[in-house]
Amino acid sequence: MTILLYMTTALRGLSANKLRSALTVLGILIGVGAVIILVAVGNGSSISVQNRIKALGTNTITITNRGRFGRGPATTGTQTQAATITAADLKTMSDPNQAPDILSVSPVLSASVTASYQAASTTVTVTATSPTYLPAEDYTVEAGRSIDASDVASSAQVAVIGQTLLSNLYPTGANPIGTEIFVTEGRNEAQFQVIGVLASKGSTTGADPNNVAIIPYTTAEGLLTGYTNNFNEIIVQAKNSKGVDAAEAEASDILASANQTTVANLPFLVINEQSLLSTSASTTSTFTVLLGAVAAISLLVGGIGIMNIMLVTVTERTREIGIRKAIGAPRGAILGQFLTEAVLLSLLGGLAGVAVGLIGSRFKIVGVKPVATPTSVVEAFVVAVAVGVFFGFYPANRAASLRPVDALRYE
Amino acid sequence: MTANFSTLPAGERPTPPVIALRNVTRTYQMGDSEVHALGGVSLVIERGEFVAIMGASGSGKSTMMNIIGCLDVPSSGRYWLDGVDVRGLDETRLARVRNRKIGFVFQSFNLIPRTSALANIELPLLYAGVHAKERRERALAALDLVGLSARAGHLPNEMSGGQQQRVAVARALVTNPALILADEPTGNLDSHSSDEVMNVFESLNRAGRTVVLITHEPDIAERTKRTVRLRDGLVVSDETTQVGSRHAEMAAGR
Repeated sequence: MTILLYMTTALRGLSANKLRSALTVLGILIGVGAVIILVAVGNGSSISVQNRIKALGTNTITITNRGRFGRGPATTGTQTQAATITAADLKTMSDPNQAPDILSVSPVLSASVTASYQAASTTVTVTATSPTYLPAEDYTVEAGRSIDASDVASSAQVAVIGQTLLSNLYPTGANPIGTEIFVTEGRNEAQFQVIGVLASKGSTTGADPNNVAIIPYTTAEGLLTGYTNNFNEIIVQAKNSKGVDAAEAEASDILASANQTTVANLPFLVINEQSLLSTSASTTSTFTVLLGAVAAISLLVGGIGIMNIMLVTVTERTREIGIRKAIGAPRGAILGQFLTEAVLLSLLGGLAGVAVGLIGSRFKIVGVKPVATPTSVVEAFVVAVAVGVFFGFYPANRAASLRPVDALRYE
Repeated sequence: MTANFSTLPAGERPTPPVIALRNVTRTYQMGDSEVHALGGVSLVIERGEFVAIMGASGSGKSTMMNIIGCLDVPSSGRYWLDGVDVRGLDETRLARVRNRKIGFVFQSFNLIPRTSALANIELPLLYAGVHAKERRERALAALDLVGLSARAGHLPNEMSGGQQQRVAVARALVTNPALILADEPTGNLDSHSSDEVMNVFESLNRAGRTVVLITHEPDIAERTKRTVRLRDGLVVSDETTQVGSRHAEMAAGR
């Protein structure tokens, strides 16, 4: 008997009990659909975490002075000296011999200021830093140039501006390069020449990373009130993603020895956001596996439904099996016939489940945009068919093992 | 008859009898007691015979039919079907023997439901591995032989009992078997339909087919050429029916 004949015979068998067959198919449909949608939800949330990691910048660690020192002695130790990050510390960290995993160290001093150009005026975050800050924070210069070492050395009054600031100050679309903007903070006022425009960048947090003006940190002296010779915040960039943790350790060690304390007592907040997000990403993937497993259980239940209905079918058609055997059907033909029916049920359920799963994945579910992966679709479908084979085998084998005499006598 | 024909070289084999039973017994275990359905039956049916096996219910005729039809195996004794010793054949081989050598006709027609007359007739050929085109041709020829060419596409539940039974006969003869074995073929039919079906059997026998009917109706047995009577699992009489039937006389007198 050819596959086609098995199929047509199976279809005839299934259509004899349309409602029953449809309900069995529904069981598999729900299983497959659930696997696809739930895995897509898990996948969607892990993709959003990954996007946040990417937006973080490249392999950076933020070290912030907690500000506890300078106001009083340490509450936990005997230490009385205020801990600081000095220009010398930055130099040590930048030394490849002392800190082999650190690519660059950038001081950061940010302040909210008012910027104006001609009639336009807006509030913007000024970040006073070194040239290494831009690659560390994944900023790229779209037009003009970035700040460079000579700007830092000469305390040049130059600024690289972000897209939001650009559109706020230059609503007419004029070329900003070479123009002078005024920056006011409290009583201080300074004039900066725009030397470059940053490309638009995605947000990690709620703040708009494009509403910025980047200036050399040396220029901030006398302009921004927070400026001192020490730095309250630095951005450390590791050479590669694997070296982030090592870079964090090296930076901490250098700061600890400079401040004559231990890493554990270091009064700085070290934020390694990548490791935080990696933890979150692994949690998400555990979550995805869990969701998939729950859905797979419903697929299993669907499989038991197939087995149940096939057992009923075999019992109902005992006489037919007897007739077929009497006229010479070999064992394999009977086995094949009923196995095909079971597999056809799971095949139909699988196909419908894939359709439902793909349609369902188009909708936002509990705030997550599901992303259906081809792997999960193919896997769910293949598993569904395998479930049909597995759960169809026992009833089919039972049919094939019937003795023709007994089967013919069955009423 | 007792010789094992398969031991003779091919050229020297005489035409074997279609059925050769030697001392066949069949015992069933019913709870604690043993039931002897057949107590030692020996019987030879030659090619071209038209035989009725008669007996009251419980006489062992159903067991006889199951054994002759290779649906069941003897507890002891031997059985050659068309020269093949069926003792020791496994399930697969028995299925093949049933498919190639025997055409079954049952009391309750036993057509596959929801399947057209033609497809029902094709079924044994399908299990024999015959190609689609040849299947169709042979099934149509068989359907023509029972006079139901016009009903090829009909489903079993769209046909009368007599028509269904004739389709069943067509299914039985489509594989060109050595033996057509009918179990109470007219048991569920009115006298007119019975007559139609018996006419088909008679014409098949005239064409040289070996036909064995299991029946308890004397007037059906009378239309055959030989009647074997069973009682309590034993053959009690085996006689040639006079003149190959009363019908011939009636036809001559008409």
